[in-house]
Amino acid sequence: MLIRSPSDIQPSEITPKDVYFNRRKFIALAAALALGAGAAGRARAEALSFAKGPFSTDEAPTSREDITNYNNFYEFGVDKADPAANAHTLTLKPWSVKIDGLVARPADYALQDIVKPVALEERIYRLRCVEGWSMVIPWVGFPLADLLKRVEPLGSAKFVAFETLLRPAEMPGQRSLIPVLDWPYVEGLRLDEAMHPLTILAVGLYGETLPNQNGAPLRLVVPWKYGFKSIKSIVRISLVAEQPPTSWNRQNAGEYGFYSNVNPQVDHPRWSQASERRIGGGLFARRRPTLMFNGYGEQVAGLYAGMDLQKFY
Amino acid sequence: MAIERSIAARDVSGPAKFALPSVPPWLLYMVGLAPAFWYFYLGVTDQLGADPLKTLEQLLGVWALRFLIAALAITPLRQSFGINLLRYRRQLGLLAFYYVLLHLTTYLVLDQGLDFGAIWADIAKRWYITIGMAGFALLVPLAITSNDFSIRRLGGRAWRRLHCIVYIAVPLAALHFIMVVKSWPPSPLVYASIVLALLGYRVGWKLLQSGRKRHV
Repeated sequence: MLIRSPSDIQPSEITPKDVYFNRRKFIALAAALALGAGAAGRARAEALSFAKGPFSTDEAPTSREDITNYNNFYEFGVDKADPAANAHTLTLKPWSVKIDGLVARPADYALQDIVKPVALEERIYRLRCVEGWSMVIPWVGFPLADLLKRVEPLGSAKFVAFETLLRPAEMPGQRSLIPVLDWPYVEGLRLDEAMHPLTILAVGLYGETLPNQNGAPLRLVVPWKYGFKSIKSIVRISLVAEQPPTSWNRQNAGEYGFYSNVNPQVDHPRWSQASERRIGGGLFARRRPTLMFNGYGEQVAGLYAGMDLQKFY
Repeated sequence: MAIERSIAARDVSGPAKFALPSVPPWLLYMVGLAPAFWYFYLGVTDQLGADPLKTLEQLLGVWALRFLIAALAITPLRQSFGINLLRYRRQLGLLAFYYVLLHLTTYLVLDQGLDFGAIWADIAKRWYITIGMAGFALLVPLAITSNDFSIRRLGGRAWRRLHCIVYIAVPLAALHFIMVVKSWPPSPLVYASIVLALLGYRVGWKLLQSGRKRHV
């Protein structure tokens, strides 16, 4: 069921034609990602070049304003407005991702080496937060599978573990006296979930490089799972044999499972997951029913065939 | 009013050293309800951020808790600091109740769209909703009897006993606030600490009084 809500953003604004066709800008993209952007490491949004990817919803995207000012990124504070206020201090260059564990080609990969060989795509995905709200976000990224194939997982690899940057000097949430979570933030996927074509690593949104508060410079997006699975500002990806620990599960195992698939039939112990509020609808917007696997059941239900999703929440 | 004051005056000892000039009740209600009108205006004009409903719901709840705390602070202020604001306690308590009512209405109408199936499931299954609803239910008889007629009708002793329910309702409200958030952000814990301190004060005061009596 698609419910269109009015939006002042035209589809033409999401994929500007001049960006799309301008080869110089494509070169500028590589340069922007390679060198970082702006002075003193302070990120400035740079236009990205990308093609339209598969699986995009035709629902109206949430405004850029809301996507970039309503964030859960506890490294920068627990209030939704904190990341937008505090994340500008994050230094994005140099940035590298350590890829290790059960892979044939473990190494510290510079961000530009990860991004340069891939063709960026726009993926307009629904995002459902475990708190009961949702957005539609035009990500720019590439399938995680592309990267994993390049580093050649060994046969013994069954899971993928992810880790966010640990840098208290630039992340005030990591300095707080009562830590909300064990830092660094960690997440994980089963290898088949990680290799699924819906799973992407995003480097941008709305056609530009990611704002820091949205997980710059590189973040995971797994649209059929609650938002907290989509780990931000990734510095390490490990292929492992055993199910890795995940931050929210460690904080409260009874409330946050490893899988955390969007599921209207499995309530959070403290609130219902049957419906959600779409951000941007205003004060009088009605709740909308939450869809199984956030509406991506056709693509991913097979991954969980035979599993008791009440048990593996 | 006069009766309530004389009843309340009995449970305090020592004369008040300081009393504010009197403010008419209607002015207190107007000033007290101003934040509610202001937030509603901001919400309607799309100035309450990305999730205006949640923001409005939470702000109204927090203001309810603030007024409950203010009402609970009246006695310690008088007993221990000689500041007498007793005559405003009824208005503060009723303002708290009005905010609880607005908070609840926002949840029922704007959040749940009067879907009573979902609302009933929430009350039955969600502990924080159960606790919030219980707190509200406990405040209803207090709000209904917050007038001179009820005090006369019930008699001072019974009225005061009835209003001891507030010592259960306010901690429920603070607990409701802690339970609704995902992790441990500071503000629910700060409010809960204040409530605990205000209740702890009363326990301490009682113990002190009974100790004194024994030694006389």
